[in-house]
Amino acid sequence: MDLTILILQGVIVAATPLLFAAIGELVVERAGVLNLGVEGMMIIGAVAGFSVTLETGSHMMGILAAMLGGMVFACLFGFLTQVLMSNQVATGLSLTIFGLGIAALWGQAYSGMTTEPLAKLDIPGLTSIPIIGPLLLSHDILVYMSIGLTIGVGWFLSKTRPGLILRAVGENHDAAHAIGYNVVGVRMLAIMFGGACAGLGGAYLSMVQTPLWVENMTAGRGWIALAIVVFAAWKPNRALLGAYLFGGVTVLQLHAQGFGVKIDAQYLSMLPYLVTIGVLVVISRDKTKANLNAPACLAKSFYASS
Amino acid sequence: MLRLEPRKEVSQPMLYATPVMAVALTIAAGMIMFLAMGEDPVRAISIIFFDPLFDSFSITEMVVKATPLILIAIGLSFGFRAGVWNIGAEGQFTIGAVTGGSVALIFWEVEGFWVLPLMSTAGILGGMAWAAIPAFLRTRFNANEILVSLMLTYVAILVLSVMTHGILRDPDGYNFPESRLFHDSATLPILIEGTRAHVGFIVALLVVATAWVLLARHIIGFQIKVMGQAPHAARFGGFLESRVVWLCLMISGGLAGLAGLFEAAGPVGQLVPSLPVGYGFTAIIVAFLGRLNPIGILFSGFVMALTYIGGESAQIEMNLPSAITGVFQGMLLFFLLGIDVLAKYRIRWARQYASMEKG
Repeated sequence: MDLTILILQGVIVAATPLLFAAIGELVVERAGVLNLGVEGMMIIGAVAGFSVTLETGSHMMGILAAMLGGMVFACLFGFLTQVLMSNQVATGLSLTIFGLGIAALWGQAYSGMTTEPLAKLDIPGLTSIPIIGPLLLSHDILVYMSIGLTIGVGWFLSKTRPGLILRAVGENHDAAHAIGYNVVGVRMLAIMFGGACAGLGGAYLSMVQTPLWVENMTAGRGWIALAIVVFAAWKPNRALLGAYLFGGVTVLQLHAQGFGVKIDAQYLSMLPYLVTIGVLVVISRDKTKANLNAPACLAKSFYASS
Repeated sequence: MLRLEPRKEVSQPMLYATPVMAVALTIAAGMIMFLAMGEDPVRAISIIFFDPLFDSFSITEMVVKATPLILIAIGLSFGFRAGVWNIGAEGQFTIGAVTGGSVALIFWEVEGFWVLPLMSTAGILGGMAWAAIPAFLRTRFNANEILVSLMLTYVAILVLSVMTHGILRDPDGYNFPESRLFHDSATLPILIEGTRAHVGFIVALLVVATAWVLLARHIIGFQIKVMGQAPHAARFGGFLESRVVWLCLMISGGLAGLAGLFEAAGPVGQLVPSLPVGYGFTAIIVAFLGRLNPIGILFSGFVMALTYIGGESAQIEMNLPSAITGVFQGMLLFFLLGIDVLAKYRIRWARQYASMEKG
């Protein structure tokens, strides 16, 4: 029983950074923008969070720095794609390459150092409840924040007027512009939100999961976050499911050998990617249904002709 | 207020001037960055961008790095012109190395002039097969090829890992996850004695020439261009979208597979899990920097190879992380994409624009 709880706790730790990044990217894509730079913004968040925590001794400052770092990088992407109307695929990709490089330069001085991991919030009396306590009530604040963020984004997109405007911009930017919405402004805000979320995801890696700085420590998680958004068919609650599924598989492959499962770890690692392709095929097979799911203006540049 | 006004036609001089401007701006921004880091900016930039150009060994190393970049970027440029976004070249590169490398290992120690051509064919077919998955899923099920090809990249790297840990592992290799070293008949001939520059570069040059002819003079090139610039016109013109999608993914997959095999049979000489080092992603930058034009790609392949060699020198001589290569590659594309706006749009003062409308 203890081992099961330990594994489930591991799943939560593995899923949280994916959830942050995926929820951020989900909002960006709902606004009609495809930012392939998630990995780059995550690694910036990781190095910013770690180095600021180390220098100031405050986890709060580290978290803020990670969000800010991700946001600054997102603004770079936003300026190029929204103001200068550059190609989103190419710009996002260079953001990833650039971010990995800058993070390596920035983190060189911190290589191999460690900090105190972010404290777990113990709720007196409740955390000691067997099973439920360690599983649900003994995590750091970021885990709860990620869940709250998912619920909040879901509510924002489906129940509020600004959420409706954001979706309108993503579905038909010309129509949204014609009724007077500021397409570029809305998209910039979405992109910045996405950057802050990716930064948080990165910070979770370097401040909680493994509280140290290593070059390339995001190790492709930004790309997995992009896959989760598609897996989730652009719906926040399904992104939660996706993040925990992908996180679960990563943890499972660590323990599979321990259970005496005679299967190469690599095959398990392939599983999430193959499942994502499968989901993508299912949701795009029917063109009308696909149009209901994917934002219609995804990755298209907007030019205000009047 | 500044305002962007679309040009009626893309400015041709600007199209050629912007890559040069992007390189200049990258160097300038790099100098500012080094200044901020407390390094001597002139020394740092000359170590990265100029010294390698005057060192004969570095030049041959640039050829080694430019070969896969040019091969992959040429393939990708077909798709990018047609609006087919294969960003999984890294995966096709990896599978090409696995299939082509497997042939080398099956015929291990078998001498013969036919071994390398057979390996190359297997590499091309492997890359094509991997690219066929996104092609099939896009044409049959309408699935986005950006995401499918990207997902498959990670699967491909895991396939290589399974292979080198499993059936392709060197039986006398003390359980290290790597294949046998390819024998002489399965290793690419070296162009200049004492360097690593191999005949793959000659193949890359031939591919550049072929691509130029196809795009400039052949109906296939015309169809690809129309498809990208005016998809509706292409449909009315009777070009089958699915045919163009398949064609683009087969060309880019095949060339990426060939590049992967060349890497395994050239500088690496065996199959190792660390074979894919990101050429498939960097080639996307090469394609854009070269304006999706074969001759442009030849040049931009060398510029990008220079950033790799320069990054290595910076690591050795200045103790900077080799990831500095990524910083320069990213900046280069940012500047290029940013100033590209000048080729497509004209910058105007808004007031002047407004008065023109009235008049």
